[in-house]
Amino acid sequence: MAAGVAAWLPFARAAAIGWMPVANLPMPVAPTEKNKRQDELIILNVSGRRFETWRNTLDRFPDTLLGSSEKEFFYNEETKEYFFDRDPDVFRNVLNFYRTGKLHYPRYECISSYEEELAFFGIISEIIGDCCYEEFKDRKRENAERLMDDQEDNKDAKLPNMTFRETMWRAFENPHTSTMALVFYYVTGFFIAVSVITNVVETVPCGSSPNQKEVPCGVRYTVAFFCMDTACVMIFTVEYLMRLFAAPSRYRFMRSVMSIIDVVAILPYYIGLVMTDNEDVSGAFVTLRVFRVFRIFKFSRHSQGLRILGYTLKSCASELGFLLFSLTMAIIIFATVMFYAEKGSSSSKFTSIPASFWYTIVTMTTLGYGDMVPKTIAGKIFGSICSLSGVLVIALPVPVIVSNFSRIYHQNQRADKRRAQKVQKARLARIRISKEGSSNAFLHSKRNGLFNEALEFTQLPYKMNLSNQSSTEEEQRLTKSTSLLESQHHHLLHCLEKTTNHEFVDEQYYQQSYLEAGLQNYPSRSPSLSSQDGVTGTCCTRRSKKHHTPLPNASGPAHMQPLTHAHTHQQGLQELSTIHIQPLTTSRSSLNMRVDEPASMNCQSSQITTAIISIPTPPVTTPEGDAHLPAGPIHQNVVKVSAL
Amino acid sequence: MGIQGMELFAIGVVIILFMAVLKQFGILEPMSSFEDNSDSDLELSTVRHQPEGLDQLQAQTKFTRKELQSLYRGFKNECPSGLVDEETFKTIYSQFFPQGDATTYAHFLFNAFDIDRNGSIRFEDFVIGLSVLLRGSVTEKLNWAFNLYDINKDGYITKEEMLAIMKSIYDMMGRYTYPCVRDEAPSEHVEKFFQKMDKNRDGVVTIEEFIETCQKDENIMNSMQLFENVI
Repeated sequence: MAAGVAAWLPFARAAAIGWMPVANLPMPVAPTEKNKRQDELIILNVSGRRFETWRNTLDRFPDTLLGSSEKEFFYNEETKEYFFDRDPDVFRNVLNFYRTGKLHYPRYECISSYEEELAFFGIISEIIGDCCYEEFKDRKRENAERLMDDQEDNKDAKLPNMTFRETMWRAFENPHTSTMALVFYYVTGFFIAVSVITNVVETVPCGSSPNQKEVPCGVRYTVAFFCMDTACVMIFTVEYLMRLFAAPSRYRFMRSVMSIIDVVAILPYYIGLVMTDNEDVSGAFVTLRVFRVFRIFKFSRHSQGLRILGYTLKSCASELGFLLFSLTMAIIIFATVMFYAEKGSSSSKFTSIPASFWYTIVTMTTLGYGDMVPKTIAGKIFGSICSLSGVLVIALPVPVIVSNFSRIYHQNQRADKRRAQKVQKARLARIRISKEGSSNAFLHSKRNGLFNEALEFTQLPYKMNLSNQSSTEEEQRLTKSTSLLESQHHHLLHCLEKTTNHEFVDEQYYQQSYLEAGLQNYPSRSPSLSSQDGVTGTCCTRRSKKHHTPLPNASGPAHMQPLTHAHTHQQGLQELSTIHIQPLTTSRSSLNMRVDEPASMNCQSSQITTAIISIPTPPVTTPEGDAHLPAGPIHQNVVKVSAL
Repeated sequence: MGIQGMELFAIGVVIILFMAVLKQFGILEPMSSFEDNSDSDLELSTVRHQPEGLDQLQAQTKFTRKELQSLYRGFKNECPSGLVDEETFKTIYSQFFPQGDATTYAHFLFNAFDIDRNGSIRFEDFVIGLSVLLRGSVTEKLNWAFNLYDINKDGYITKEEMLAIMKSIYDMMGRYTYPCVRDEAPSEHVEKFFQKMDKNRDGVVTIEEFIETCQKDENIMNSMQLFENVI
């Protein structure tokens, strides 16, 4: 039922009295409203801007936030209004939806912020009225494409254990990844250019001896050109074979446009080699040489713009088709008319309608060679109409193609700019600094906190005697530097440390320990993964001195490594961690599960191994001072590397 | 011959193009003037209607001021021009009965509300009708129902009128009912109605017969009180 029609429900119910005398059965009891309120105004305070509306208006859509009892969560008792800490500008549209039943999308609004507001207020975006729906969908698609581009950039990261074949393929596809690839890229580009230039120069007439007529250079320096050609073709062949070898799906590669161009570029040479001695097909052999010009298309691997052009033409296929169709129609019409108009005049070049086609095309594209001209008056009139209409017919579909090209080109430009190393690096660096800031704050406060704890421990027996003031002074000094929010956050991280019996350290220390262990460096996991890995401890972790089964998770330093890639390195870790006798599967959950059972087993085992990631023993954190030593027994993490 | 034909044709084309150009400059008026006249007629018909003042409506109906305000707000929201024509009325009413076809019954309802029979319901008609239905005495309500059934407003309900009303009510049920609506159901229902109401068996039901019978029937009296608290 539409929203506005809800206002007519009382009327419909009242009109039901018309059925009563006719009915034979008793009517059901009418539902009564429990707290029947008079319609009242409610105030919605959205970030300071007050909106007022009738309660009934909001009740029209009971499955949204404002229409249901969910809004009671936002009710402010003192001011008797509903307070929402959201964008008031977008809220205007949301409220108008209740009032008119139609949701509008303003053009100036950012699509993602609008969608977030809709999601918050429980309104599905499909309800957007027809007037604004097209715009909304377009913007949403654009945004999705942009996000996809972003994700694709991240996928470019190198996986450590790629096979040789995969590295080669990646080198071919993205020349920027390694110097070898770049060299290869430029070498092939150079040879393509050389080959094309050779083909061109071959036909230029070289200086000739006076007794002979001019001969093209190709004939004069046959051997030189042949060697050049051979060299180029050899390079191209090698390149093609290497690509074929490296391609992940050879069949798909062979069907791709670029590989077909490659084949067409080098095939004439081989065919020529085979056929040189046969006189009959030498004509065909000459024709084959034409195909050598396809080598120039190989440049499209090197030129982004060329690829975009090709993609644009492909995507504008319908407009191009329309252009072609309308041109053909116009050509036939005008050619027929011109033919009959010029039929009477003597020595007319318009001998047949197909002959007039040439005139029509030349006229419509405003070329006007002048080899065919109408002589009669009628012919001239129709000829002028033909040229005017030609301009129109050609000019109409062109802007569509141009706008398509422009859109695709700009999208690519954006993607390129973002992919540019500098920008990415700067952005990453900024994000890392901001993350490090917060984690460093934690470390800092932790040291101070531990310092505090240590103080407490040492002072515990004397706490009665010592003046409380000194300890509280310490506390005050330390707590002054951290706000309540920060201290709560730190407390949380501290709890996590206790839970996993690992500590957070900073990056340098971690790298140090890594290098000491003499093992490869892995990219670490994202913090979210690590926090999930936290297991509540095994049987012998807490107070045991010797045995410890730390978990091969990266709870510690993962916090320190910002902007990690989402891959896990279970395989790598397992080479080190030999906690479990049997080989582990790579799922995280299995790691979490298994720790509990064999834990008891491992307690007895005298050897311990650890993933390198686990954290440092107290002595190593001595830079912070002796305060740590008392804390030593509590955190017992063993860093040892051994093999089972 | 052929050549001259072509030349004539060429001249014809030139003249047509010339006229097209002239039309652009607005020099050729007579062609375009015919279309404009018809447009102006349409403008006049969409007129806004303002209702009588709140006080007068309060005097005429049994609603309180607040109730009238609330009713008007809903009314104006749906029909900004202040008038409901039959098509809009049918559309609105049909939305309450999605399964069936409520247009016929809506037509009868429209005629019952449109007291002055001018083809559109104003807010006053709407409110007066509702006042009777919701706040009127039982007699007034029965009068209203009789008025609804009496399609030609001649004071008698004939079997044909009743059959039309009954069919329209059954139409609102739609096809998917349990048990299925048989084709004879409306006429059987009409027979039952006439047996109950038509005391003197003259084939028509007068207003006195109607009110008398209804007042004796307990079910009907109870159901009349059903919608008291709708507003």
